[in-house]
Amino acid sequence: MINIITHYGHQLLIGLGWTVLSSVLALFFSLIIGSFFAIMEVVPNKTARIIGRAYVEILRNIPLLVITMFFYLVIPLYFVKINGFTAGTIGLTLYTSAFIAETIRSGIQSVDIGQMEGARSVGMTYWQAMRNIILPQAFKIVIPPLGNQFINLVKNSSVLAFVAGFDLMYQANSIASITFDTINSYFVVGIMYLIVTMPLSYYMRYLEKRVA
Amino acid sequence: MSMIEFHDVQKYYEHFHALIDINLEIDKGETVVLIGPSGSGKSTLVRTINGLERIQAGKLIVNNHDLSSPNTNFDILRRDVGMVFQHFYLYANKTVLENIMLAPRIVLKMPEEQNRTEALKLLDMVGLKEKANNMPSQISGGQQQRVAIARSLAMKPRLLLFDEPTSALDPEMIDDVLQVIKRVTSVSDMTSLIVTHEMGFAKEVANRVIFMDAGQIVEDDQKESFFQQPKTERARKFLSKIITH
Repeated sequence: MINIITHYGHQLLIGLGWTVLSSVLALFFSLIIGSFFAIMEVVPNKTARIIGRAYVEILRNIPLLVITMFFYLVIPLYFVKINGFTAGTIGLTLYTSAFIAETIRSGIQSVDIGQMEGARSVGMTYWQAMRNIILPQAFKIVIPPLGNQFINLVKNSSVLAFVAGFDLMYQANSIASITFDTINSYFVVGIMYLIVTMPLSYYMRYLEKRVA
Repeated sequence: MSMIEFHDVQKYYEHFHALIDINLEIDKGETVVLIGPSGSGKSTLVRTINGLERIQAGKLIVNNHDLSSPNTNFDILRRDVGMVFQHFYLYANKTVLENIMLAPRIVLKMPEEQNRTEALKLLDMVGLKEKANNMPSQISGGQQQRVAIARSLAMKPRLLLFDEPTSALDPEMIDDVLQVIKRVTSVSDMTSLIVTHEMGFAKEVANRVIFMDAGQIVEDDQKESFFQQPKTERARKFLSKIITH
């Protein structure tokens, strides 16, 4: 194991860098896209609700690998050429955004309907009530399940390995195939994933306590 | 001048006919109490007045807004039509003071200083100035309801609707809330419609009493004649049950 770290430390750090970069980008954009579709799913407008629902159901029910391969192999055929890292990160973003939308939607719907009625009864518009009253309360409820989604996201970024995304998993495959030391290669990489996910996990716990 | 006009209003929940042929006129400045057994449509009727429930037929005019028209802007209507709910519905994520100040700030664009001064005055009026910085979850039900009343009043409504404001309260909390409502409704230019089961209180504050049963208005009379000699058998029965318990 020490052997792997001393000989391939540089390669592993590069992998870690791509994994973290992909995760941060996917986390940021999936949170924005997910929030957008979550709100689409709860607004009074029926067409918007149907679109929101369709987005979530389609993307969360297709394997991440299939979505990623679609962007890696199909999109370049008809539109623009994108590299493995980009394709993987887009796939990861869209896939995760569907789960985040579901999480946030259930958070919004678990806020007592009376909160909306109270706000509307003093003349606030739907969006004023949403922004000032409903969403802040929903966000609080949603922190723990959102933490789960973020951790899943980091782990799922290993999908990059399938499309030459140079991430940790990719480097593990590569080191294992050079050294034939499969046990230690994957063991080290497993620990490196833990180094990313554990602090995230603790941060979400801290956040949960702080806002509660 | 009338504040509320119902003309042959019908309200359905799916196939359930919740409000049947409602005809009712309430003048500006009146304090009207609405009573009747559970499920008789009292809450539904009150909730149609600020558009929390929509009507399916008939004409409903509130503060010169035609609620039966599809073009009505309910947000503008509700600036002048406040509502106090059975379960208070204070914003759980805002302090007591913020609960009162939020709507004047974002709906009426009231200057911050004036807003704060008026909000504190209202809190003082309901006897809760020292709770200004508490969260709603930190105060009692009766106190929450008094804050909710102050929140409605901050919009300076012309019409204030009370939907069973004391039904969810512990018995010893009820009186404080009723005292506040009494003070609020005695302001002459504000119209109020109060759904309540508190008969003693109804006798005290109302000019006029409306009795509902099974989705219909059964009696609509001045307070004195209603409580002394109700016209219908149904109201007589209701009153005898309420008063004897």
